[in-house]
Amino acid sequence: MKLLTCKETTRLVSQGLDRELAFGERVALRVHFAICLGCRRANRQMAFLRRAVRALAQTREGGA
Amino acid sequence: MPPQDDFRKQIEALRPYLLRFASLQLRDAAAAEDAVQEALLAALAGQASFAGRANLRTWLTGILKHKIVDAIRRQSREPVLAPDADEEGAEIDELFTARGHWDERPAAWGDPDSALQQSQFFRALELCLERLPERTARVFMLREHMGLETAEICKELGVTPTHCWVLLYRARMTLRECLQQTWFGKR
Repeated sequence: MKLLTCKETTRLVSQGLDRELAFGERVALRVHFAICLGCRRANRQMAFLRRAVRALAQTREGGA
Repeated sequence: MPPQDDFRKQIEALRPYLLRFASLQLRDAAAAEDAVQEALLAALAGQASFAGRANLRTWLTGILKHKIVDAIRRQSREPVLAPDADEEGAEIDELFTARGHWDERPAAWGDPDSALQQSQFFRALELCLERLPERTARVFMLREHMGLETAEICKELGVTPTHCWVLLYRARMTLRECLQQTWFGKR
């Protein structure tokens, strides 16, 4: 199996928020996460971004 | 009070929320106002179809989403949405070394969800969103704010799915970096 770089990993993490990843892609991500703290963080942070944007409309205008 | 007036009052009370929802996507106060007005008129005309549904706000938001997409469709015919500069995302390359590793490893954000209780955080997020190039921001908000599927977004904006993914990837990486600099890195 081909090992992913961090750049390829983040691209797949992002796509995983927009489409169903193939089995091989999910496995490749897991393998990479196992050895890479930076990509584990980026994965959590991109998922957080989704929650944050969804919460944005609930806040008052201007957020002040 | 007659039920018609009561219904009108209830939907009027939701106008500020709807206006905010529309503004976040359209980035244009007048266009947002128009979309909300159209949605409220459609809601009044379609009151019967609301009967029995649990949540008025969810129902109204659904109507509003259609009006927002209509507005985008109209705007898309005008040449306002030329591709952004650097749509292939050269600035993302700068986050990585030539071999594809992080140039600077992402820092820990602790418990980021606690930021969702703070209005200043949302201000920081909005500023980061405003910094995104126009088309990138539009695609990102259609996906994350409006919750459209990538296929619908591509169709509305006339771009390929692959290109949509590139724009979404770029938006997420840029926003992550921006929030690191303006919020999480400062805590």
